[in-house]
Amino acid sequence: MTDVWIVVAVVGVVTVLFKAAGPVFLGRRALPPRIKSVVELLAPVMLTALVVTQTVGGDGELSLDARIPGVAAAAVAVWRRVPLVGAMAVAAVVTALVRALA
Amino acid sequence: MGVVAATVMSATTFAGSAQFGAITVLDAGGTLVAAIAAAVFLNARYIAISVTVASIFPGGRARRLLESQLIVDESWALAGRSGRFEWPILVGSGLFLYALWVVSTALGTVLGGALGDPNGLGLDAAFAALFLALLAPYLRNRRAVQAAGLAAVITLVLTPVAPAGVPIVAAAAACLLGLKR
Repeated sequence: MTDVWIVVAVVGVVTVLFKAAGPVFLGRRALPPRIKSVVELLAPVMLTALVVTQTVGGDGELSLDARIPGVAAAAVAVWRRVPLVGAMAVAAVVTALVRALA
Repeated sequence: MGVVAATVMSATTFAGSAQFGAITVLDAGGTLVAAIAAAVFLNARYIAISVTVASIFPGGRARRLLESQLIVDESWALAGRSGRFEWPILVGSGLFLYALWVVSTALGTVLGGALGDPNGLGLDAAFAALFLALLAPYLRNRRAVQAAGLAAVITLVLTPVAPAGVPIVAAAAACLLGLKR
């Protein structure tokens, strides 16, 4: 078995367990209110971290590049209630243009 | 990485960032352990994410185990945008994304270089925009905005000093603002 297949197998099993953690091991038990108000913030928090990572994340460093004008344009699009796919297209086009001109 | 391995990984792991993370480490000559660690860090957020939707899955354990695999950032974010998590949206969008992901992985590895550099097309920025569009409906009250701001700061500060995935997991500390009365 090559390294690639070992990674595929181990990461696959770990990911299945991570995703099953809540639905299988916690099930339908209700969370205490204090915990619930913490858990409720997870969506805005994780999505923000993903936006930041995807916008300025580099290989172990912050990388400020053509993604920033693209994401800024998408932010305006989202604010103007452009649908999700439209906002993605705006970001891709602006970033590709800036890269082509640079 | 071969076509078969890449496609099997998409079918069994179904979490893009961890897949890219592990393969990037291997490609760069990193060790097996480093590649697995990168993917585990990147996917650690799914423990917390799955807890938020623990109660919406019907049926017995086997069914819940199977359906919980449809949790990805996008299906989860779409399912919760009304203010409470809805099972039909999570499973529906999860199935759609799963099929799309497995098929496009196979196509991408077969066509490979013929497509050119995907980042030249601005695809990296498009994914940032995707998460931004998913984020918008969650910023519905002041506490959510504060937590998001704190998460952004944590991620920015840790990105240059921590391995990939760690800043995202650490950002979860911003959720503790929920304990404030």
